[in-house]
Amino acid sequence: MVLPFRFEPRPKPSPVMVYLSPLMALAATGVLALVLFAAMGLDPVSALVVFVTAPFADLYSIGEIFIKAAPLILIAVGLAVGFRAGVWNIGAEGQLTVGVIAGGALALTYGSTGSGLLLPAMVVAGAIGGFLWAAIPAFLRTRFNANEILVSLMLNYVAALWLSYLIFGPWRDPAGFNFPQSEPLAPAALFPIIVEGTRLNASVFIALAAVILGWLVMARSFVGFQLDVTGMAGSAARFAGFSTRRMVWIGMLAGGVAAGIAGVGEIAGPLGQIFPTASPGYGYTAIIVAFLGRLNPIGILFAGLLMSLLYMSGDAAQMLLGMPSSTTALFQGTLFFLLLACDVLINYRIRYVPGVRVRQEAAT
Amino acid sequence: MTDAIVSMLVVTLVAGTPLLYAALGELVTERSGVLNLGVEGTMLTGGIAGFIVTFITGNVWLGVGAAMLAGAAMSLLFAIITISLKANQVAAGLALTIFGTGLSSFAGKEYVGRSVVLEPSSLTTALGQVPVVGVLLGKLHPLVWLSWILLAAVCYFVYRTRSGLILRSIGESPSSAYAIGFPVISIRYLATLFGGAMAGIGGAYVSVIYAALWTEGLTAGRGWIAVALVVFATWRPERVLLGAYLFGGVTSMQLFAQGAGFPVPPELMSATPYLATILVLVLISRDAALIRLNVPVSLGKPFHADA
Repeated sequence: MVLPFRFEPRPKPSPVMVYLSPLMALAATGVLALVLFAAMGLDPVSALVVFVTAPFADLYSIGEIFIKAAPLILIAVGLAVGFRAGVWNIGAEGQLTVGVIAGGALALTYGSTGSGLLLPAMVVAGAIGGFLWAAIPAFLRTRFNANEILVSLMLNYVAALWLSYLIFGPWRDPAGFNFPQSEPLAPAALFPIIVEGTRLNASVFIALAAVILGWLVMARSFVGFQLDVTGMAGSAARFAGFSTRRMVWIGMLAGGVAAGIAGVGEIAGPLGQIFPTASPGYGYTAIIVAFLGRLNPIGILFAGLLMSLLYMSGDAAQMLLGMPSSTTALFQGTLFFLLLACDVLINYRIRYVPGVRVRQEAAT
Repeated sequence: MTDAIVSMLVVTLVAGTPLLYAALGELVTERSGVLNLGVEGTMLTGGIAGFIVTFITGNVWLGVGAAMLAGAAMSLLFAIITISLKANQVAAGLALTIFGTGLSSFAGKEYVGRSVVLEPSSLTTALGQVPVVGVLLGKLHPLVWLSWILLAAVCYFVYRTRSGLILRSIGESPSSAYAIGFPVISIRYLATLFGGAMAGIGGAYVSVIYAALWTEGLTAGRGWIAVALVVFATWRPERVLLGAYLFGGVTSMQLFAQGAGFPVPPELMSATPYLATILVLVLISRDAALIRLNVPVSLGKPFHADA
């Protein structure tokens, strides 16, 4: 099979395509969504309208956009630090879960004191929890050469089982009618609401701070430069004397700290108590957000908001259109896949090569 | 006593089989230089495809065939993106797993909690009559011992055939293989499709035979453990057998310890396969020279024919 099209390497990566590719992927996902809606017997256009407008229905919904985007942005900025250096931390979900455990332990123990220090202490505890959980793959990678992708991923399952043990065991609310959930967290353990009538709380400022800090580190610091060189040309980084081990530690721990804080943001924010499942997969979705945002904090800000909209549209589609809850995950996966496909255009251009015909003409 | 040993052995073999299929497939893929981290998503997709077809037709083998096709289709997506469009293989593998997890939940929504009931086939019953080994074989689904035949075939293919040599040479140095005139791209496609089909069988084995029911995320990380097993096996097929049954043994001990009423939280028991994976990875990877000697040199790197 000879197609009349060829991928031709560009002399240098196209800066336009870097930003166009996510939009192309989004458009293609939208088209596939229309096909899927039609295949499910829905009117595709009105289904798409539900999908696009539902997140903006009222003030409460708009608050939800930000409250869902905050953990995604926070984690994605942390992960991007590692991804830039070619350090693959796939364990954000587990690091988030351990952040929930660490912050939750403080909230349940000291909630009755009503101290103003409790919430900051929870955030620090969550950061340390995520830090320590990410330190395991970092240590095993730098000391024993063990693959950080597989180790960090395995630890996601372990962390989930740990939290599940706590909620089904010692942390179960005695007054909770035997539901697997902790007692509601004390008011002192909750982020203050910043817009009345929504669940929007002060934790969004942490995500914003992460974007600024992430931008400073990546674009304006020597460490950021070292991370980039390590990711783009490992041997060049070694020749320059940049320690690969240090990059692994920085890369893993940035993700761990961010995910741990995001975990606290969930229980001290929209959840208000602790459940056996720490998040709707924010740790995995943040990987997509990081790539969709081009591993750039400003890009991640927009990508996180977009992915948050997708979560909300998925919920709306479930309630209004009776679609399965997994629709969100399906679209997220599709978007990620199409993004990677469109990214080929950064380094290659498509050229029409009417090869066969030209040769025939030349022969005659 | 014999009964206890036989049943422990049966559990070990049964629990190890899906890992054996998935890891053997991934091993062939990786030997061609392609790192497919989407095994988990592929297994889930194969698992639901196999489950639905078996549920509707009542025929396991049709289910297994559907799972192979579904697995191959998933890995075809991966191959297009990584081999033809030269995307980063790690990112594409993650995308495949996220996509497969969503797709399998989406497709399996109507089947959550449903189960399939399988009658032992006449073949299994006949094998049960064979002296000595019959005690074991009579309790095992044919897919268990078919995996041994597959293992032998993969070993023979990789080590003893010309095609196997070409596969290995492409994994080591695709540009040299290309210069000699071997079709690097096509062979990488085929190796990736084989890996996907095997992961599909592994997934169907979990959903149709091992669990005999469907829930979301049924494979629970087995695809990732299979990827780890390939490292553990230092990319040698015969060692995959050891690794897979080692994990089968861990599962078996877990179940028997639970049955014997050891005072250990069930969550800790459930965490053992994941902790064991980390332990095994550390033990094998600490010898950096061993890994460097055995890993296909081009693993994870895209190949440019024009370079």
